[in-house]
Amino acid sequence: MGNIFGFSISPSSTVNLDNVDFTLFDRLHELEPDAWKCMSCGSCGATCPAGNFSGMSLRKVLHNLQRGKEKEAVKMLQNCMLCGKCSIVCPRGINTRHLILSICKLYKED
Amino acid sequence: MRERFLTGYNDFVLPFMIGMVFILSYCIIALIRIIAQLPKEDRRHFFVSLVTPKTLVKNIKDIFCDCLLHVKIWKRNKLLGYMHSSIAFGWFMLIIVGHIEVLLYTPHRAKLFYYPIFFRYFVAETESTMKGAVLFFLMDFFLLVVLSGIVLAIVKRIRSRMFGMRRTTNPSFLDLVGLYSLWSIFPLRLLAEGFTADISGGSFLTKSLNYVFTSFLSDHANMLPSWWAYSCALGIFFCVLPFTRYMHIPSEILLIPLRNAGIRIRHARKGLAKAEVYSCPSCGLCIDACPMGVQKANIKDTTVYLNRQIRRNNETRIEEISDKCLLCGKCTAICPVGVEGDKLRIAQRSIRKYGINPDYSSISTGPLTCDSRGKVLYYSGCMTALTPSIRKAMESVLRKAGVEYELMDKDGGICCGRPMWMAGRFDQAKQMVEKNTEIIKGSGAGTLLLTCPICYKIFKERYRLDGIRVVHHTEFIDSLISEGRLKVRRDTNKYVYHDPCELGRGSGIYEQPRNVLLRAGTLVEAAKNRKESICCGGSVGSLTLGFDKRKALTENSLNNLTVASPDIIVTACPLCLNTLSRYADRKVEDIAETIDRNTSN
Repeated sequence: MGNIFGFSISPSSTVNLDNVDFTLFDRLHELEPDAWKCMSCGSCGATCPAGNFSGMSLRKVLHNLQRGKEKEAVKMLQNCMLCGKCSIVCPRGINTRHLILSICKLYKED
Repeated sequence: MRERFLTGYNDFVLPFMIGMVFILSYCIIALIRIIAQLPKEDRRHFFVSLVTPKTLVKNIKDIFCDCLLHVKIWKRNKLLGYMHSSIAFGWFMLIIVGHIEVLLYTPHRAKLFYYPIFFRYFVAETESTMKGAVLFFLMDFFLLVVLSGIVLAIVKRIRSRMFGMRRTTNPSFLDLVGLYSLWSIFPLRLLAEGFTADISGGSFLTKSLNYVFTSFLSDHANMLPSWWAYSCALGIFFCVLPFTRYMHIPSEILLIPLRNAGIRIRHARKGLAKAEVYSCPSCGLCIDACPMGVQKANIKDTTVYLNRQIRRNNETRIEEISDKCLLCGKCTAICPVGVEGDKLRIAQRSIRKYGINPDYSSISTGPLTCDSRGKVLYYSGCMTALTPSIRKAMESVLRKAGVEYELMDKDGGICCGRPMWMAGRFDQAKQMVEKNTEIIKGSGAGTLLLTCPICYKIFKERYRLDGIRVVHHTEFIDSLISEGRLKVRRDTNKYVYHDPCELGRGSGIYEQPRNVLLRAGTLVEAAKNRKESICCGGSVGSLTLGFDKRKALTENSLNNLTVASPDIIVTACPLCLNTLSRYADRKVEDIAETIDRNTSN
């Protein structure tokens, strides 16, 4: 998409789920069945102290993983301070800290 | 006393000698290994402490009080204390008096290892022996003391409640072998000495037994099997000792000087951690103490089982046990040998490998720093941000007392690092500590005020804020009142104070909050309070306990708090407040709210 008359077209953000490798994601749900409980209310993101600095939100992390956008998810998780506020506010009672640590164990930076 | 045998030897000493040589070489190798595993700096520190007169005296005193007299267990339960000290101290005295006898009567045999143990077999009484009657009496007396301890130990197996223990540990197979051989050592000794008492002399116990035996077993040939049995019991006990809980006997002698030298756990399995694991006597006092014990499923996740699994290198169970713990520190507080269950678990968590490692270097501390020279800097922390009533009340109290203050994290700040530290991710926690230190030092404040004990603990322990006074709000309110800057009215309410784990056991603050509440109304105590207070169940220490599994813990904690039927439960931790108020049948509030209500102007 070159520069056409001073305008450029942003690349498509379509996610093709057929091309996404879900092995790690499935493994995560085996370890953390609680993760299925998330209803994306966003309470975690709203209270997150790391969110202030980086836009970190556990809801977004889960969404990104679900859509195969691992890079974005990993980048976001690198800001987590593990303070545990999200686990207190979670209306579904998800043990978010363990979920975060499990993601940190399964996925890799790069 | 004269010797009966020219050689001074009989084959029956062999089982004892094999056991003794084995256990001695095992202990020496283990000792060298543990000391070699200490980091260089710690090792130097340890050796220096061994020759420092002050720590030397403390070491000797602690070893005598803890290993022989078991003073800590006496304080807990008299019967349990007597059982332990009678066996340990009685046995110790038997060994000492036995050696004195050898040195006195047959000094040329003193170099023989087994001679003091089997002295009575090798000697015969002579005319002049009566001079040693005191020693004979002492030997029998201490044997009786030990035997009474063994009887109590057998009773304890059947009825542990008599000893103040609701639940005890399930012994492993080898523990049972050790247990039964230990139990049989002393009755067998009595039997063996009873058989020889008419030759070698004895006192009220052995002599009388000998009269009974001679009435139907007049043949002296009977004595040898009983001496063999005694020696075998000793041999078996020493041979299984390293693989049983009885390893705590030699380990504790090493653990005490290590602890007095101020050494910390630096490695999950090596050095001090190893000494602690092997010093665990599997007594099971931590089972009753553990707040998770209210649910039967959690009993196997207590510190005593953690130590057992670490000794077995059962990695799966080690991970489960160390991740489940709330890190309330109660097992550490009540442990008679000083095993630090909470720190041991954090160390286990610290060896995990993670693929994603958070990094906070991009956070700029400039915008977070506010000028607060000469003022009090108030860092409310993440948990207080979720309980704004505490912050509101605290600010109001500060205004009433005329304290100039500045909020450090009004629009959100960086976490103190303690939850990350508890998860065993030290590098990440240290990064947060550095960032916060920058902000605090940059602000120029002289005092840092905290309303959250979780923050308070790490600020006290890991932050290097030279010259800045770090106070928890309970301390701060207490000092405001005693300085006369805050006038508190008494009301008619009956208060109970819940000691938050991180503030009480974690930082040793018990009196200040009580002083404050005494001025606000009537203060009653919970059934278990101070050092033994029961965790609310909301702790960020536990990684795996889910929300639904914590309810029973909170209810147990509430039942403990409400025995004296208080009107209001007061705590000093936002997380405790949050957790307790979920299930409480009466009002739960923070101490700042109580004081705010009872002050005017």
